[in-house]
Amino acid sequence: MVLEKFILAAITTNPSKIPSGTAVFHCEDKKEMEIIAANLEAILDGIAHALTEELYVIVKH
Amino acid sequence: MSEYTYPILFGLAAGTLTRIYMLRTDYRQYPTYLHGKIIHVALGFIAAGLGTVAIPSIMEEEFTAVTFLTLAASQFREVRNMERNTLTELDSYEMVPRGKTYIEGVAIAFESRNYLVIFTSLLSTLGYLVFNIWGGLAAAILAVFISKKLMSGGRLKEIVEVEFVEPRFDGAGLYVDNIYIMNIGLPERQEEVLRYGMGFILKPKNFNARSTIANLGQRQAILHDVSTALGVYRDSGTPALVPLAKRDLDDGRIGVFVLPQEKNINKAIKIIEAVPTLENAIRMPTERQTNGKGS
Repeated sequence: MVLEKFILAAITTNPSKIPSGTAVFHCEDKKEMEIIAANLEAILDGIAHALTEELYVIVKH
Repeated sequence: MSEYTYPILFGLAAGTLTRIYMLRTDYRQYPTYLHGKIIHVALGFIAAGLGTVAIPSIMEEEFTAVTFLTLAASQFREVRNMERNTLTELDSYEMVPRGKTYIEGVAIAFESRNYLVIFTSLLSTLGYLVFNIWGGLAAAILAVFISKKLMSGGRLKEIVEVEFVEPRFDGAGLYVDNIYIMNIGLPERQEEVLRYGMGFILKPKNFNARSTIANLGQRQAILHDVSTALGVYRDSGTPALVPLAKRDLDDGRIGVFVLPQEKNINKAIKIIEAVPTLENAIRMPTERQTNGKGS
């Protein structure tokens, strides 16, 4: 199956902002969020986009 | 040996040599491999044969023999299919794909060059038979000249002005001038993009050019050409490092973002200017008679 424009995962430091229906990674601070996003980007072959300062999503293009 | 032997041999040679001349391996790096070249020289030889025997058959009043030229048409349409299929298959493994429009342009060129070979052979044999070998030679040179003229298309520099702009970030958004390219979240990725990235603004010279460079295939062709010529800072696991071209909706300018391995501004501008304007991307909205009937 080929996925296009699909949110693979969300990474956030703000638990109240979590989206539903996707894998979410809670992080303590921005630094941890960036590390996890960088790893997930490489693993999932998607791009880490910053929606806000406290919410990143990994999107397959 | 009949009286036609030498003219036919002459036409064959002229046609085949034309095909070899047109089969230059240029910056597009295609076809580089020996077998690919052999296929095209062989097909060129067949095309030359078809073209060259047409004149003797007319002179012998064998008019039905000319109908085999129709065979040539279907034969060379196959060439176009073959090229299209091969390039499409290979395109998925390119770091920066050529794109379908570019591939179609290459495939059309391969087909049409065989017709140019037929034309060259036909004209050379005609020259030889009507005058003498010198007449044939003159006809061949003329035909090669016309073929050269017909096979070279337009270049981007005729329709756009290219200008270098340093890419920048506004938050997570990557911009070339005021054109939004993409969202890159990770700070380390942003650093890489700024270190290796180059931005160019393509300003259309007229309204027709605006529609032509808006074509997604044309934009992909620009990215592919720059990436083949200057290398690309990218690998299969790094989807964030992708060359992109986006459009300013207000005035039709195109912002081109590339990640070359060799960061040479002048060279890059020259390469962009030399990108062929794809036949399938050319639009001429000004040719439309807006004040004509029924509009």
